[in-house]
Amino acid sequence: MSYELVFDVERGDFDTAGEASRKIKRTLQQLGISNKVIRKVSIAGYEGEMNLAIHSAGGKIILEVGEEELVLTIEDTGPGIANIDLAMTAGWSTAGDEVRQMGFGAGMGLPNMKNNADNFQISSKIGEGTKIVMKFLV
Amino acid sequence: MKLSLVRDLLDAVVLSGESHLDEEVQSGFGCDLMSDVLCFAREDAILLTGLVNKQVLNTADMANMNSIIFVRDKMPSQEMIEMAKERNLLVMSTKYILFECCGILYKNGLKGAHLR
Repeated sequence: MSYELVFDVERGDFDTAGEASRKIKRTLQQLGISNKVIRKVSIAGYEGEMNLAIHSAGGKIILEVGEEELVLTIEDTGPGIANIDLAMTAGWSTAGDEVRQMGFGAGMGLPNMKNNADNFQISSKIGEGTKIVMKFLV
Repeated sequence: MKLSLVRDLLDAVVLSGESHLDEEVQSGFGCDLMSDVLCFAREDAILLTGLVNKQVLNTADMANMNSIIFVRDKMPSQEMIEMAKERNLLVMSTKYILFECCGILYKNGLKGAHLR
């Protein structure tokens, strides 16, 4: 038995950013997933959600719940990442002052998502968008 | 250390989540950079910060940290307090600066909540 939840995230909407991650966390709690796994998914999902609000033209978060793993997909419609290796480097960020004043944009998001996931895949194309697929063993 | 002792040591005002005051806490993490809280903080630690916005509550919630202390006399908005109540987060505010808060709590036995 598996199912899927989809959440839209708008660019620049820092008032509601975090809502999708909160709903994902509550869903996993209701499903009886362990706290350890919930924390990893919540942190990775929230980092992804903030990235969508900060950097993307808008996108979505998809949670797929399976019997043995949870799959979290973060995808957007642009602008795409020019150099993924650079973007994966801790401390590297293109975020502006407004984002940094909120306590984000330190260049830790993508590396932290990778650290929390059991499997992390990222692909991106300039002008088309970025897709991140993270798998978490239940 | 009981969270009620944290409140007393920092002469803090409790804004939400009073029911947590009887709970024990082992460690603390002082930081204004939420990215680093998400990377480096252990869960079940107190988060001490001078940053006041909704993303602080989201950060604590996602990292399973259920107590936040706003330092330097920073006060969250009523909307943030309602949000904290809804999420069952203990939120306090103190006049001490971050350095003093960390020093007082450390001197009284609270450890750093470094994850790695």
